[in-house]
Amino acid sequence: MTMRRLINLKRAEARKIYLTYAVVIVAYIVCQVMSSTKFLSSSMRGMLVPICAYMVMAVSLNLVVGILGELSLGHAGFMSVGAFSGVATAILLQGVIPFAPVRLAIAMIVAAIFAAFAGFIIGIPVLRLKGDYLAIVTLAFGEIIKSILNNFYMGIDSQGIQMSMLSDTTRLLPGGKLIIRGPMGISGIQKIATFPAGAILLIIALMIVFNLVNSRSGRAFMAIRDDRIAAESIGLDITKYKMMAFVMSAALAGAAGALFAMNYSTIVANKFDFNTSILILVFVVLGGQGNMLGGIIAAAVLTILPEKLRSFSEYRMLLYAIVLIVMMLATNNAEIKEFLSRLNPFRRKEA
Amino acid sequence: MTFLNFFISGISLGSIYAIIALGYTMVYGIAKMLNFAHGDVIMVGAYVCFYAVARYELNPFLGVVIAMIVCTILGMIVERLAYKPLRQAPSLAVLITAIGMSYFLQNTALLLWSSNPKVFPSIVGRGAFKLFDGELSISHITALTIIACLVIMAVLTLFISKTKMGKAMRACSEDKGAAQLMGINVNATISMTFAIGSGLAAVAGALLCSAYPTLMPTTGSLPGIKAFTAAVFGGIGSIPGAFLGGLMLGVIEIFAKAYISSQLSDAVVFGVLIVVLLVKPAGLLGKMTQEKV
Amino acid sequence: MKAKTKYVPVPSTTILPERDAGRAPVLECVKLGITLGGIKAVEDFNLTVGRTEIVGLIGPNGAGKTTVFNLLTKVYQPTTGTILLNGQDTHGMDTRQVNKAGIARTFQNIRLFRNLSVIDNVKTAMNNEMHYNMLSTILRLPDYRREEVAAHRRALKLLSIFDMQHMADAPAGSLPYGAQRRLEIVRALATNPSLLLLDEPAAGMNPSETADLMDNIRKVHEMFQIAIVLIEHDMSLVMNICEGICVLNFGHVIAKGTPDEIQNNPAVIEAYLGRKKEA
Repeated sequence: MTMRRLINLKRAEARKIYLTYAVVIVAYIVCQVMSSTKFLSSSMRGMLVPICAYMVMAVSLNLVVGILGELSLGHAGFMSVGAFSGVATAILLQGVIPFAPVRLAIAMIVAAIFAAFAGFIIGIPVLRLKGDYLAIVTLAFGEIIKSILNNFYMGIDSQGIQMSMLSDTTRLLPGGKLIIRGPMGISGIQKIATFPAGAILLIIALMIVFNLVNSRSGRAFMAIRDDRIAAESIGLDITKYKMMAFVMSAALAGAAGALFAMNYSTIVANKFDFNTSILILVFVVLGGQGNMLGGIIAAAVLTILPEKLRSFSEYRMLLYAIVLIVMMLATNNAEIKEFLSRLNPFRRKEA
Repeated sequence: MTFLNFFISGISLGSIYAIIALGYTMVYGIAKMLNFAHGDVIMVGAYVCFYAVARYELNPFLGVVIAMIVCTILGMIVERLAYKPLRQAPSLAVLITAIGMSYFLQNTALLLWSSNPKVFPSIVGRGAFKLFDGELSISHITALTIIACLVIMAVLTLFISKTKMGKAMRACSEDKGAAQLMGINVNATISMTFAIGSGLAAVAGALLCSAYPTLMPTTGSLPGIKAFTAAVFGGIGSIPGAFLGGLMLGVIEIFAKAYISSQLSDAVVFGVLIVVLLVKPAGLLGKMTQEKV
Repeated sequence: MKAKTKYVPVPSTTILPERDAGRAPVLECVKLGITLGGIKAVEDFNLTVGRTEIVGLIGPNGAGKTTVFNLLTKVYQPTTGTILLNGQDTHGMDTRQVNKAGIARTFQNIRLFRNLSVIDNVKTAMNNEMHYNMLSTILRLPDYRREEVAAHRRALKLLSIFDMQHMADAPAGSLPYGAQRRLEIVRALATNPSLLLLDEPAAGMNPSETADLMDNIRKVHEMFQIAIVLIEHDMSLVMNICEGICVLNFGHVIAKGTPDEIQNNPAVIEAYLGRKKEA
């Protein structure tokens, strides 16, 4: 019956999808058990939610980089739009919806909508460009979003929501509350993001992306990636499908941003800078472009690794850099690959 | 007059961007890769110059020469170790490696020279030329920066158009395979390109820190990204484009800081980049390549 | 053997097969021309293609044959002239709109979606006849399943014309050369064209593969009753299956006519073999 449902999938692909879900669920259960039996250190427990957020980011960026085949260097921008809009929503709803999980869910949905809208606005100019030019413009937009949020003030009082740019001119009435405070970001956030919520978001993100990839839209994304001219010649609307992938990816990044932000008491725009965008890109590339499970695992490993390297104290980021370079060389250089495969005792004999 | 003052500081900042952007654009033109570690070579150059001048009390210009030598060698080593093995790899893998290299250089600098900011002594002192009864003031470093940029630009243009190595570089940027068949040593040419770009980065580092005297391991990243933007702005791969893009970016940044908002100046700079790319998708002086069907 | 086609003259100096005579032509090019990099790559190109005609476009290398295809499919916008497709002016249309209006093509240098499976290559081309929306996609609603199953069946049927249904799940990039060329034709057919443009379909094929291809093209022609224009260097194929032939040289049409006429046309012989030295 399941095969019928995935009629357009090759068996191997279907297996890969189920494997991805299975790995995520098993990993969740193991972490949850370890966490409740105090097997995990408190620092590790504190990382569970950020890891989930990064995993969703990896899945989301993989849609653009791996499936659509366009390089984006500003994905953290969408994450920050989601973080700020999500947290602001959660704060506004604090009195209205006392039940935290529902507030979190609504905040994430609002975050996704705001980020999708940002993705749409940015997509209009960006998607007319190609290759490295598209990459630099996404980088530029990431920086612009950061600059704007760094200078954005928003508060609420009895007359409603007040906003201003550059300096705080919201002139809130007595009893009003300034929520977003420019470069100070948002502070006093209730930490309502939980590990189960993160796991659910990850499963939803995977479901959306897998179902999208195995549909007419997904085929169109991959066709555009493989050969744009041929894709046009069979009547595909390139701009429409690029936009669709871009907006969907931005929406998921927004939800991830909201989850991420609500794990901390303070959030500032500078947290989502170029380096964060690159970090997420590294997850995707190391995990294999288009490979969702790979990206998820890379996100987990590369988030935990710097923590585990803490015993090397000041050498840890240096080690991280070396690991990154060596891994890229090992996976992409033919000679090194050949050398490594010779070391592998299980290597298949050539026929 | 204030307008002219701003304009001149814009040109000066732009000159630094232009020198850095030349390194980006040359490497992109030939190796077709975005060398994100380029900004950190600037930082290394600035540190070497700093120690030569402040610690060993050498002549500042000798300090710059030493920095150039160190960075040239560094650039060639980085290329040999990290980028050459990936000549056939997908461009994204090379990009990530370059980013890894950037982290590597930053963190090595952190270990060697600590994260405490150093106050960089200007290589030509803090004096200024006063013009129009002191209304227009051009600091020595500003003048030197602009002159250095013009000289570098002129020499580089001559080098590219007249010398054998320059011609080899142009040939490699057109078609590596054909260049190889014509007997050009492609690997040596690419290595040379990195050497020149990194040498220029050292000059840029010294000039940058003379004008903005705080030196930290992360000093190079933001100017690096800006210069990269400048290279794209002018049309990546084009040497006059890098020059033009750098100057324009510097002027726009200073004007945005002066007349719009200092906090939003980066947003304005990137906004202008986006508008330019929409009108001219390959940058101001870049060539649009049409894919053959 | 194929039946001899009878021809009737039509006003625009072209001839149509008798069976198409009473019907509007599928394609009419009038004074089509383009300048590329200062060179007139194609100039004053006139061609009328009947509703179910098979036309050959031949000429020496560099004559501008592929450029004509690129003009028809709007990969290049023509500098001069008009293209009427089913009577509709295609001025201002882009590649995608021309495809929707009824032109599908293959490419000289194969352009498949290499990482997609064979059947997904074909199903991608059916995108415009599938209508389920984003919600159905993500929630896998019934219309998703219904349309996917229908597309899957139709794709298999199309593949079976070229005897490729058994390789449906293989990645397109892994197919042998001849199969890749056939897949390109299947993909083009999947968009339901009224005019099929084949750019050197037999390039790189051995004689028996070429013979099979010839049969397949005839089969497609019969099944779908569409017009086909093909660029080909293999003269046996062209002379065998084309009803009308148009010869290009240096961007100009130097001859038009039936295969017999073309074979004996002195201008064509000169273009291919060069001028005989004057004694």
